[in-house]
Amino acid sequence: MDIEEIFKRNVPGTRDILSKKTVGIAGCGGLGSNAAAALTRAGIGKLIIADFDVVELSNLNRQYYFLADVGKKKTDALAAHLLAINPGLAVEAHFIELTPDNLCELFKGADLLIEAFDKAERKAWLIETWCVHFPHKPVVCASGLSGYGNTGALTVRRSGNIVMCGDFETDMSMGLTSSRVAIAANMQANEAIEILVKGIKK
Amino acid sequence: MILINNRDKLEWQEGMTVRALLTEMGYTYTLITVTVNGELVPKENYEEHLVPDGAEVTVFHLAHGG
Repeated sequence: MDIEEIFKRNVPGTRDILSKKTVGIAGCGGLGSNAAAALTRAGIGKLIIADFDVVELSNLNRQYYFLADVGKKKTDALAAHLLAINPGLAVEAHFIELTPDNLCELFKGADLLIEAFDKAERKAWLIETWCVHFPHKPVVCASGLSGYGNTGALTVRRSGNIVMCGDFETDMSMGLTSSRVAIAANMQANEAIEILVKGIKK
Repeated sequence: MILINNRDKLEWQEGMTVRALLTEMGYTYTLITVTVNGELVPKENYEEHLVPDGAEVTVFHLAHGG
């Protein structure tokens, strides 16, 4: 079995580039777990994932986990799923609470960071910390992915090294739907792939 | 003239800070990320950071959920 055949239907030339790239994923919930799966299938070479939660039943409505994962560390469960897609993927998993003090050290080897937190306060410090330390390294974030439907409101906005996907309004207090969260997560992965292959849009 | 979020225009004033711009535009959200000409302005600098004439400003609202 030639594992490389996984990528036979990918866009020609992209796997070669992506296989040499490292993406950091800050948070392994609805955004991070789904974005990680998409990047793995796209042929990314290495993922650095970090989270400090264990899988709960209430995560299964939108996150890339299964019943048998409940109680496991999200980082362990996600790493196993990603390696089950592509055993050649390099995964560095950190079961740790990310803070402004450890973020840059953990992800310094990444070519690009995906912000995949749920709380807006944490999104805010992540973006600030990243941009102050790595003003030229892309950070792909998400804001506003709650509710259901309203697909056309999901969009991408860019400024400098910041890319942000979502509708910028809906709040998780209204409830989260797998389809809409996964769209946002896949938009993040899609933006990341484009940046890694072609460079960031000015 | 200042262009905000690639959409709204605001008359530039001498000494205009990020904070003044946000107030002028009526942004009431507390959880935001602001860039001026593509560079992030840390929150603690909003009161001092001057917005130059002709600047392109982006204000991202950060909503909970992930």
